[in-house]
Amino acid sequence: MKALVFERNLPRFAASRLASTFGSGRGAAIGPLRLAETDPPALPGPGWTRVIPRLSGICGSDLATLDGRSSRYFEHIVSFPFVPGHEVVGELESGERVVLEPVLGCVARGIDPPCPACGRGMLGDCERIAFGHLAPGLQTGYCADTGGGWSHAGLVAHESQLHAVPDACSDEDAVMVEPVACATHAVCDANLEDTGTVAVLGAGTLGLSLVAALRALSSSGRIATPGALLVGARYPHQRRLATDLGATAALAPDQLTRAVRRRSGSLSVADPRPGRATGPLSGGADVVFDCVGSAGSIAQCLEMVRPRGRVVLVGMPGRVQVDLAPLWQREIRLAGAYAYGTETLRAGERVRTFDLAFEVVAAHGLGRLVSATYPIDRFEEAVQHAGAAGRRGAVKVAFDLRRANERRTGRASRPTTGGTP
Amino acid sequence: MTPRPGLVLEVDRSTPPTLFWHGERFVLERLPEGSRIIYAPEPLAALEDPVAAIRHALLHPLDRDPLPSLLSPGMRLTICFDDVSLPLPPMQAPDVRQLVIEQVLDMAAEAGVDDVVLVAALALHRRMTEAELRHALGDRVYDAFAPHGLLTQHDAEDPGNLLHLGTTDKGEEVELNKRAATSDLLVYVNINLVAMDGGHKSVATGLASYRSLRHHHNPKTMVHSRSFMDAPASELHSSNWRMGRLIADSGVKIFQIETTLNTDTFPSQFGFLQRREWEWNLRDRATYVATAAALDRTPPRIARQIFHSIRAPHALVSVQAGEVEAVHALTTANVWKQQGVEVEGQTDILTMGLPYISPYNVNSIMNPILVACLGLGYFFNLYRGKPLVRKGGVVIMHHPTPWEFHPGHHPSYIDFFEEVLSDTTDPVEISKTYEESFATDPWYVHLYRTGHAYHGVHPFYMWYWCAHALDHLGRVIVVGGDPAAVRRMGFSPATSLDDALEIASDVVGRSPSLTHLHTPPLLLADVR
Repeated sequence: MKALVFERNLPRFAASRLASTFGSGRGAAIGPLRLAETDPPALPGPGWTRVIPRLSGICGSDLATLDGRSSRYFEHIVSFPFVPGHEVVGELESGERVVLEPVLGCVARGIDPPCPACGRGMLGDCERIAFGHLAPGLQTGYCADTGGGWSHAGLVAHESQLHAVPDACSDEDAVMVEPVACATHAVCDANLEDTGTVAVLGAGTLGLSLVAALRALSSSGRIATPGALLVGARYPHQRRLATDLGATAALAPDQLTRAVRRRSGSLSVADPRPGRATGPLSGGADVVFDCVGSAGSIAQCLEMVRPRGRVVLVGMPGRVQVDLAPLWQREIRLAGAYAYGTETLRAGERVRTFDLAFEVVAAHGLGRLVSATYPIDRFEEAVQHAGAAGRRGAVKVAFDLRRANERRTGRASRPTTGGTP
Repeated sequence: MTPRPGLVLEVDRSTPPTLFWHGERFVLERLPEGSRIIYAPEPLAALEDPVAAIRHALLHPLDRDPLPSLLSPGMRLTICFDDVSLPLPPMQAPDVRQLVIEQVLDMAAEAGVDDVVLVAALALHRRMTEAELRHALGDRVYDAFAPHGLLTQHDAEDPGNLLHLGTTDKGEEVELNKRAATSDLLVYVNINLVAMDGGHKSVATGLASYRSLRHHHNPKTMVHSRSFMDAPASELHSSNWRMGRLIADSGVKIFQIETTLNTDTFPSQFGFLQRREWEWNLRDRATYVATAAALDRTPPRIARQIFHSIRAPHALVSVQAGEVEAVHALTTANVWKQQGVEVEGQTDILTMGLPYISPYNVNSIMNPILVACLGLGYFFNLYRGKPLVRKGGVVIMHHPTPWEFHPGHHPSYIDFFEEVLSDTTDPVEISKTYEESFATDPWYVHLYRTGHAYHGVHPFYMWYWCAHALDHLGRVIVVGGDPAAVRRMGFSPATSLDDALEIASDVVGRSPSLTHLHTPPLLLADVR
């Protein structure tokens, strides 16, 4: 059966990287990703099951990999060849729909006793992602043994990785659960304070999901309620969505620092000059979420967070060159926010991130963020669309594997919430 | 030859295209037959000996003793003067302020006065640069005072140099520059470019704090100032007059010196801008064609520099000194004598070409808020009696309206445009929701006090300045403006005058009357 396979192929990798300089996703046709006939992956052991993907999203980290822009740090925690796709809603052989929690932690790897992080339920912090009875791979979609979501052949998942999808939840809603879980984890782990100012830079899937998670969880009192939630969004549709999801204000990214300055009553430590109305702030936001992950975005975040404030890298960064002097002088906390696990909420309640993410998705109907779906044999178009999502008025682009599945299983399509293929 | 008065021309088939200013460019537009064009009077003759005229005014003041008799050794003398916002464009040297202040200083020196301080009456405007101060005052005055800290600029945010004089019977707090208010004599040197300037407004506004200014710089006052150019019908002036009388009753002794200039606005190489199109000679036409073609090829930034280097050949046509109200009555009459044009009846559509300069962007960028203020705050209000355009009518402004701001001069304008106007354009709502936070923003206060920034609340005042027009008009259309910037302000963008007239027809029908305000040079319409 057909699947998209990513192979270790340096010439194609170089070609892809070169092509991506003309725009993210431009190298899909000449890069290491190819459409191939593959067999379903073997079940690694007891507790594992087959999942046939229905929808599988294209994530920013997937694009970075396809563009050849991923950090070489990942070389040792992925294994080739792999089938990408870690944002997955699929179905079991029983027909039950499930969302995949793709992190391959100790339990999935058969490691007993689990590492301390997995023991605490902090799956994203697993210390054994390159060990155990599976090939290295931080997640399904980057592991040679498990398959991935961009496949009709299906993938294998440990039962601990699966979350049942309620009937009321459409496939489009369900495929958003994984990215929303990432955003939910970032929000829950950010030490938010009531009345504080929070800034979000970037309003693609992660940024918008983060706004949704923050508003949904704060409205139920499970996390703090910031006084202001300011979002820097490059495109008009992103600003509309951010406002609709609960941002206090959504502005162009170059306006965000000024808005944070206004909201936080800060000064700017540099005088205005042509082309730069506001320099680094003297105070700033309590927490800034960077949902872009570029050198420029990190630098901007460091300029607009208050002393001893927190900058959270939600978008996957690569090799970047950033002046860390402000981080040092202002005692800024720079933190990563990767994946998910178990969150400790305000009242001490401990809840799995995916359970919270299902709530967030339902509360905001986030399936509407799925803007376009493609069959996998049009993967070049899909990847290019995803790479230019903002510019083309889209948010989430996904592969739609349902039609073939439904032909095979005779199952009717579930209602969707507005994809625009 | 006697200068010709202003003129209202009715457009017919023989009327040549009409010049419209368009920021740092001009365009020729053919107006529909039957339209009216209001032309400014020709410049009045300059005073033959301005120095002698000034001396005569100081020695023969109105309702005050001659200036020398008010000066004595040991007294505190403060000389305040209008800032960089006047005149427009900045005048060729010597500036009239220099001519007046030099004589006042000579008289003070003769009287043995040695405690003299000069204060630029900025209100909430930006501080002037050294070059601007030197231009206004001359090198001699600048070098005598500035190095000793005796040439100051009013700081409306300096609590140590503000004095609360009291509250008017309407509850208006009067807080003034302390040095000026506690001096034995306050000499105010004014340039009365339009009828709005001068009078009690000089001191009550120019030397006041935000606490004081907010009582008349607000939407309610602005809507009830009909117009700013007609003091008896202007609530802005009524408020300033109440404050002025309180200032006088508090014992502040003011010697007001007011000057009026003629409308000789542009140097000879731009002579065609001063003339009526059908009177353009071959040279005017050639100059126009060459200038317009060159400007079309010039990057906006360079064109801006070229225009802001223009020094107007304005000449002094009157000077009067003495008691504030007596002086100002004469000044206002002299302004009307130069600029007044009688106009019969209102119009459905008022068109105007907006130039590159307004009072608040001298040596700076005319940002969209200033475009709105120039068109709707100033030009719309160039009337006495009733507005040129009827209630519910349309104003069509010609200006590129770039989404561009000078970050050093107008920092709060940027946030006002992005944060406030994206929420609402209603002056009352803006005032209630946003004004206080901008006025007290410590960053804007810092930039106002230490840099060359307008005060944080200043863009609000510019928007309030438009309140009367916004309340009066059915639609505002901007030809050739950045559509996003134009829409942000709640106006309609149009690509051409024909498009604008088509858009306007939704409001005023298919056969509207149209009047074009052919300015600058400045004019004041006496609408009957």
